[in-house]
Amino acid sequence: MSARAPVSRRRFLATSGALVIGFALAPRVALAQDRPAPLPGSLNTNRMLDAWLRIEPNGTVTIFTGKIELGQGIGTALSQIAADELDVDLGRIQVVSGDTARTPNEGQTAGSLSVEQSGTALRVACAEAREILLAAAAAKLGAPVAELTVKDGTVAAPAGATATYWDLAGSADLKREATAKAKPKPASEHRWVGRSVPRRDIPKKFTGGAAYVQDVRLPGMVFGRVVRPPSPGAQLRSVDEAAVRRMPGVVAVVRDGNFLAVAAAREEQAIRAREALKTSARWGETASLPPADDALYAHLMSLPVPGQTVAEKTSADASAPAKTLDALYTRPYQCHASMGPSCAVAQWQEGKLAVWTHSQGVFPLRAELAKVFDVSVENIRCVHAEGAGCYGHNGADDVALDAALVARATEGRPVKLQWMRDDEFAWEPYGSAMVMKLSGGIDAQGNVVTWSHELWSHSHNTRPGASTGVNLLAARHLATSRPLVAAQDVPQPSGGSDRNAIPLYDFPNVKVVKHYVADAPIRTSALRTLGGYANVFALESFVDELALLAGADPVEFRLRQLKDARARAVIEAAARRAGWQPNTHGDGARGRGFAFAKYKNLACYCAMAADVEIEHKTGVIRVARVVAAVDAGQIVNPDGVINQIEGGIIQSASWTLKESVRFDRTRVTTRSWADYPILRFGEVPAVEVVLLDQPGERFLGVGEGSQGPAAAAIANAVANATGKRLRALPFTPERVKQALA
Amino acid sequence: MASYALRVNGKTRAVSVEPSTPLLYVLRNDLELNGPKFGCGLSQCGACTVLMDGKPIRSCVTPVASAAKGQITTIEGLGTLERLHPLQRAFIAEQACQCGYCGNGMVMSAKALLDGNPAPTELEIKRALDGHLCRCASHNRIVRAVQRAAREMRP
Repeated sequence: MSARAPVSRRRFLATSGALVIGFALAPRVALAQDRPAPLPGSLNTNRMLDAWLRIEPNGTVTIFTGKIELGQGIGTALSQIAADELDVDLGRIQVVSGDTARTPNEGQTAGSLSVEQSGTALRVACAEAREILLAAAAAKLGAPVAELTVKDGTVAAPAGATATYWDLAGSADLKREATAKAKPKPASEHRWVGRSVPRRDIPKKFTGGAAYVQDVRLPGMVFGRVVRPPSPGAQLRSVDEAAVRRMPGVVAVVRDGNFLAVAAAREEQAIRAREALKTSARWGETASLPPADDALYAHLMSLPVPGQTVAEKTSADASAPAKTLDALYTRPYQCHASMGPSCAVAQWQEGKLAVWTHSQGVFPLRAELAKVFDVSVENIRCVHAEGAGCYGHNGADDVALDAALVARATEGRPVKLQWMRDDEFAWEPYGSAMVMKLSGGIDAQGNVVTWSHELWSHSHNTRPGASTGVNLLAARHLATSRPLVAAQDVPQPSGGSDRNAIPLYDFPNVKVVKHYVADAPIRTSALRTLGGYANVFALESFVDELALLAGADPVEFRLRQLKDARARAVIEAAARRAGWQPNTHGDGARGRGFAFAKYKNLACYCAMAADVEIEHKTGVIRVARVVAAVDAGQIVNPDGVINQIEGGIIQSASWTLKESVRFDRTRVTTRSWADYPILRFGEVPAVEVVLLDQPGERFLGVGEGSQGPAAAAIANAVANATGKRLRALPFTPERVKQALA
Repeated sequence: MASYALRVNGKTRAVSVEPSTPLLYVLRNDLELNGPKFGCGLSQCGACTVLMDGKPIRSCVTPVASAAKGQITTIEGLGTLERLHPLQRAFIAEQACQCGYCGNGMVMSAKALLDGNPAPTELEIKRALDGHLCRCASHNRIVRAVQRAAREMRP
């Protein structure tokens, strides 16, 4: 992204033309009569080598990825992988990501899958490209491939003659389908993978560089703002558009059904015009929201949504339970609460739309924009430009439609539209409220013999592409409203509402049932971990409760019922590093708790011990220290993994101690940071992360590995300290005082 | 509209805007400085922080009229990619962010802190930054970056 570069129509067409001519991105997998062999990672759906990399005559390598930078350092990690497979210095790698005109379509950047999917594809594609380059070098140098060596893109024959990749670029044909026959390097030959290479996106972020979509400036650009309805379902009765059109700088007022927005020459003028529209707009509102607080959960459980069995395992050998326990855990609606409100830049020129936004999936977004505007996807280009951390599906896709709607009224002038803080809090799709009802029994030896996990939840994925409808906010508000089509739950094995609800422990009798409530009065979607955070909170809290019932040490209790060797290893490593003392009870004010999960039961293993302090007088819980151990398979960038795990723990501590969306029966009342406090510097725990590297093992995503265990470890630590069990998130001072009373 | 000769990062810049315009939009849109960020517009998060006469202010709620007489410093005024300020160097060295959107405010408040207290304790750093929100939860790295910068800046 070049923030200053004017994007002329010619350039736009020239670059999008490359899609058709240069890259055969259209997956041949679509042809049923020609079903090709499966390829690793995202190569399977983007099968051409030149879709992934290009050797440039100027001595650089451009890699293309459909995964986008979210502050997780993916561009850096993918560069490390490519540099190793190609034998070039890291500094030669350029990254192009998330551009419907230029990159592979890898769906969403989500689910902690970027290194697994894109990294695997790049690894295999680059290994194959290296073989092709070596074959070209062999022909040129007159030496067999086996005798060639490569150093930083220079291929040398035994006699000393050399050829560089940059010379060979013309003769090495990458316009071919990958075969995945080239063997990637063993871990022992990695020079970049496994090292804490500094992230390539960071320097510009601390020097005022053009790093974010908010920094995109185009010639003639105007500024847009939206005026959202005051509540879901509100109908716009009247608004004085004429008065606002007369305000200084106002370029356009857009009113389409219940969609209301403004564009102005200056940003502060757009904000003033928004205020004026808000003041004069008259809306008809209905009380469509569910009851709040505890009544919310009773309401959710009372809905006539039958349970679906997610997993069932029975064993005739298991003895009958000697003791049983039931517990109900709850999680409120929670916000992504990105630091920077969602922002997009859009421009219409001669029937073609270009949009820059921090969408996690520019291809699905493009498909939905095409539906709204009734144009073909070839006429829309969506380009990822980084925004503030999103932690899942926030407003980044919605704002793209907002900007595109306003840009239709600005006669070709680009529109930069950023949501105000209250837009973001009131209209982002929240992480769903959930109820988890756990029941279990232990035998006379204190082993779990029965386990049941029943949950109630709305959707955790209403992203663009998640249903046959249009999952963009403003589409609901337009006069020609797109009917809402409810999304299906994300299926197992990764799971959505039931993510991580199936215990990894070797319990003999297990039943997991979900009540997936597709109709949602409050919009919900993917918040980091989907249902995993709440399910692990419940599951790992309940394991702790059963351990206490069995009179067992929580760490020993877990280990004795868990065969998975890598799971055991992270539990042992976390306990060891934390200095876990078996069967130790807290002193009333201080305690220590333990928890574990394998994210999605498919990705990284993460175990941790948390130390908490509880001030009885105020009810304030302070998490003092967390020690975590992680097995992420082969580690590409150790510091990147630590950053993700540590950030996940602290963010989860914030969710767990503080966060819930407020609403009454009509309106969401969470509108600013004052209504939605998050953890601050003085409240942040010290965090230590132990990495268990597994060179040669496949990559396991880490971005969502620590949030679930962190919540449970905190709850278990509070129980350890006080003997009181907190089962309702968040653990606010009021709830803590109530529990201790 | 009114005309102002703003002194920003050691240069005088002429702008013509409404007096009530928040300084943030003048810096970002008229002077094309990317450092200060719009986070909340309510002085709640700190992403828009700049220095006026060495003191951190929230540019999202500071009318340009009240900034006209001061010396404004943004993160661009601390250093460049080629000549990094020790704070910028330390934040990069500690990889003290994920998304980095809050980073501008952290650096600017840390600058004001270190100017008045070259050897702050961990607690003093946390207090100085407590009004700044970070959602990616890079807090511990940020504290380490400020400590590192303080070490480097000591004579």
